[in-house]
Amino acid sequence: MDLFLQLTLAGLAIGSIYACVALAVVMIYQATDHFNFAQGEMAMFSTFVAWALFQATGSIWLAFVLAVAASFIAGIIIERVIVKPVESAPVFNQIIVFIGLLMIFNNLAGWFWEHTTKTLPSLFPEDMGFESTLISSHNLGVIVFTLALLLVVFLFFKFTKVGLAMKAAAANPDSARLVGVSVGWMLALGWGLASAIGAVGGVLVAPIVFLEPNMMSGVLLYGFAGALFGGVNSPGGAVAGGLIVGVLENWARQYVPGGSELGLTFALVLIVGVLMFKPAGLFGRVVVKRV
Amino acid sequence: MPLLKVKGLKAYYRQTEALHGIDFELDEGSITTILGANGAGKTTTLRAISRMVRTEGSIKFQGEEITGLASEKIARLGIAHVPEGRGTFVRQSVEENLELGAYTRKSKSDVADDVERVYAYFPRLKERLKQQAGTLSGGEQQMLAIGRALMLRPKLMLLDEPSFGLAPLITQEIYEIMARIRKDEGASMLLVEQNANIALNLADHAYLLETGNVVMSGEASILRDDETVRRTYLGY
Ligand SMILES: Nc1ncnc2c1ncn2[C@@H]1O[C@H](COP(=O)(O)OP(=O)(O)OP(=O)(O)O)[C@@H](O)[C@H]1O
Ligand SMILES: [Mg+2]
Repeated sequence: MDLFLQLTLAGLAIGSIYACVALAVVMIYQATDHFNFAQGEMAMFSTFVAWALFQATGSIWLAFVLAVAASFIAGIIIERVIVKPVESAPVFNQIIVFIGLLMIFNNLAGWFWEHTTKTLPSLFPEDMGFESTLISSHNLGVIVFTLALLLVVFLFFKFTKVGLAMKAAAANPDSARLVGVSVGWMLALGWGLASAIGAVGGVLVAPIVFLEPNMMSGVLLYGFAGALFGGVNSPGGAVAGGLIVGVLENWARQYVPGGSELGLTFALVLIVGVLMFKPAGLFGRVVVKRV
Repeated sequence: MPLLKVKGLKAYYRQTEALHGIDFELDEGSITTILGANGAGKTTTLRAISRMVRTEGSIKFQGEEITGLASEKIARLGIAHVPEGRGTFVRQSVEENLELGAYTRKSKSDVADDVERVYAYFPRLKERLKQQAGTLSGGEQQMLAIGRALMLRPKLMLLDEPSFGLAPLITQEIYEIMARIRKDEGASMLLVEQNANIALNLADHAYLLETGNVVMSGEASILRDDETVRRTYLGY
């Protein structure tokens, strides 16, 4: 029973990181109808920036906050400079741009920081004031922190004027313009937020997977699986999907024979399975529309 | 000075010219209607004012040239566009749709007052304030679209076929409310319609559009009562 609980809690921890990535992916998807394949590499790059800032300042929290802020701004700039010009280009061109972004960030990180693995300390103290054999302090910190973050994001979209305008701009840009919303800037803001949320995911996962240019490829795949599982047009669903995928993955590693070897195969099976049997995802809403 | 003055307006979809240089104007506090058959260019005219199509020519609002502005800036000038197809934010609630209509407004208490004002015109919306707007009936969505426009405290309303796809009774109800809005608020409206009869009853002035050209204009009451105009252009 203890083992089961341990696995589940560790699964929730890694799952909440998948949830961050899934949410970032879904936010962009809702606004643009495209998956940002570069989301993981952007998060990886942000994490390296956090690492560099940590080397410079010696404070992991300061480095974290600065890196997340920088990622937010970088997300906005990427949208304005790279994504906006291809906004009305054919789908294929847009996908090429996303893949180009992915390779640029991967290469830049390799070039700046080389392909040796680095370690980033946990944001959370070793000693949380109590002992537990069920969950590590880092994992507990990750779960609490991401749930709080996701709650803030949820409240932002639910109760603020800008959050409402972002949703309106994503769903119905023409109408949004007619009520005075600057749709272009809302999109850029969406990229900024997604990039910042991805950065949080990266810094949280770094102590678990080690820091190197390909660290996010697995996380991104699980994030995608989570997003698809929960429903690509439901941010709440994507978060739930990320958590569920994290837990399932951990169970599978332990209880499925050979499971520990199968890691990513499991994510792919999930993705294909969802696409085949429930394309709208578990919590995906079918938009009610009257004509 | 007219509130809106349009001169030599041409509009383009890619290389195709949809408006061939039209002139019209609208005085403050008045309702002008643009009538015409399918494809005449009515929607395009409104989209030109809201800067959603490429144009040539001049559009002056309160004496200022507005052809260089982005669509969202046009809304900020106080031009509220009720688009063809109603432009409902289908996933948002009725309340949130109205809140979006007030996006350019600063004062929260004014906005709250205006929400009540809109509910007073359209009590049906009040009964459904939490309902997802995409699930409203066509008539209710049209009411919501007009309500959303009112939330801007508009100086000019652009209305694209409010009667489209609605049963005669609902159309009548909506037009009665528009008449009240005009009376209570002194609103200026540019109203596009295929339903000439009902539009001419509400409007002061009318323009007839045929394949991208203005072919006739005059006082609404005169056009309405002129047998030849009715038979040749309005077809009833
Ligand atoms: N998005 C578009 N791309 C290309 N041509 C268009 C587009 N929208 C309209 N047109 C063309 O422009 C002309 C005017 O269309 P418009 O929509 O303004 O007509 P309308 O008077 O509003 O008609 P309706 O009563 O059917 O709404 C038509 O010939 C139409 O085919
Ligand atoms: Mg039309």
